[in-house]
Amino acid sequence: MSKLVTCIVCEGKIQVSDDLLEGEIIVCPDCGSELEVVSLDPLTLEEAPEVQEDWGE
Amino acid sequence: MAKVFMFYSRLRTEERLLIEAARQRQIHFEPVVVSDRMWPNEIGGKGDVALCRCIGHVQNHALALTVEARGLITINPSNVMEICGNKISTSTRLSTAGIPQPDYAIAFSLEGALECAQKMGYPVVLKPPVGSWGRLLAKVNDRDALEAITEHKLHLGSQHSAIYIQKYIDKKGFDIRATIIGGIPVSAIRRCSDHWITNTARGGTAQSYPLSDELKKLLKQVHEAIGGMMLAVDLFETDSGWLVNEVNGQPEFRSSQEDITGVDVAGQIVDMAWSAACKEGEGVV
Repeated sequence: MSKLVTCIVCEGKIQVSDDLLEGEIIVCPDCGSELEVVSLDPLTLEEAPEVQEDWGE
Repeated sequence: MAKVFMFYSRLRTEERLLIEAARQRQIHFEPVVVSDRMWPNEIGGKGDVALCRCIGHVQNHALALTVEARGLITINPSNVMEICGNKISTSTRLSTAGIPQPDYAIAFSLEGALECAQKMGYPVVLKPPVGSWGRLLAKVNDRDALEAITEHKLHLGSQHSAIYIQKYIDKKGFDIRATIIGGIPVSAIRRCSDHWITNTARGGTAQSYPLSDELKKLLKQVHEAIGGMMLAVDLFETDSGWLVNEVNGQPEFRSSQEDITGVDVAGQIVDMAWSAACKEGEGVV
């Protein structure tokens, strides 16, 4: 199952699956923005933070 | 009943794989986002296991310290994160254990950096002590470049005030990343690139690589030197033998998964975490 959400940057429509989890990153197919799922109820997106100096391994 | 928590900040492929592996095993497993609450808190207790999976080293280490103080078993323990999260700590620990690695040195000034390079011979590689994904690495071929880069680094703040300098190794287009879980080497991949930086995060491609007895022996030595329940070791294969380049304490492992290596790394991590939780519940650990 999937649903449509609105991109907070370009207001384009993004299809997302129902099994989203907090912390997940989705990419808007229209503008390419990386959006982070910060809440599931209600579903809330924010622009994902830039890569930090100590990220990854 | 003990439980395995997965504390994370950004849900990467690895965290998805861990959630799926736990679901398949039907164990007590709970993913928890760390961002929107204070730490320590009431989540978990003595004997529970915490897979610390924050994407940033500083947050992951702080998280591990706070949940350890409440009696949770952290994977990895905070002291292992501390060693692996800083290349100076890792290299000095490997030196103490007599494990082969590229020549390295630390400099605090331009004069120190020039002395390092003169003794090692150019090219040298400058790396931030804390960092990954091949970020801010600099291959320095001559004195002019070293002077310029060192000057820039010394203006980047305290994180860059200790300059980690490593002898450049001609790795012939690839390095090896080996995964150790519960002290046992379980898989290795060869990371190839036309660029001298071969991290898969920078476009390096991964192929399975056989774990020879010689390589397994070296990896066990690395584990003995550093500890931890899960390590990813980056190595160079040179004409004169293996060199351990870096040791990662909270690795991304999507390129070491079943489709490439035939090894279910996520499943083995979850099994190891669950086993630790069950043992603690029985009072064995």
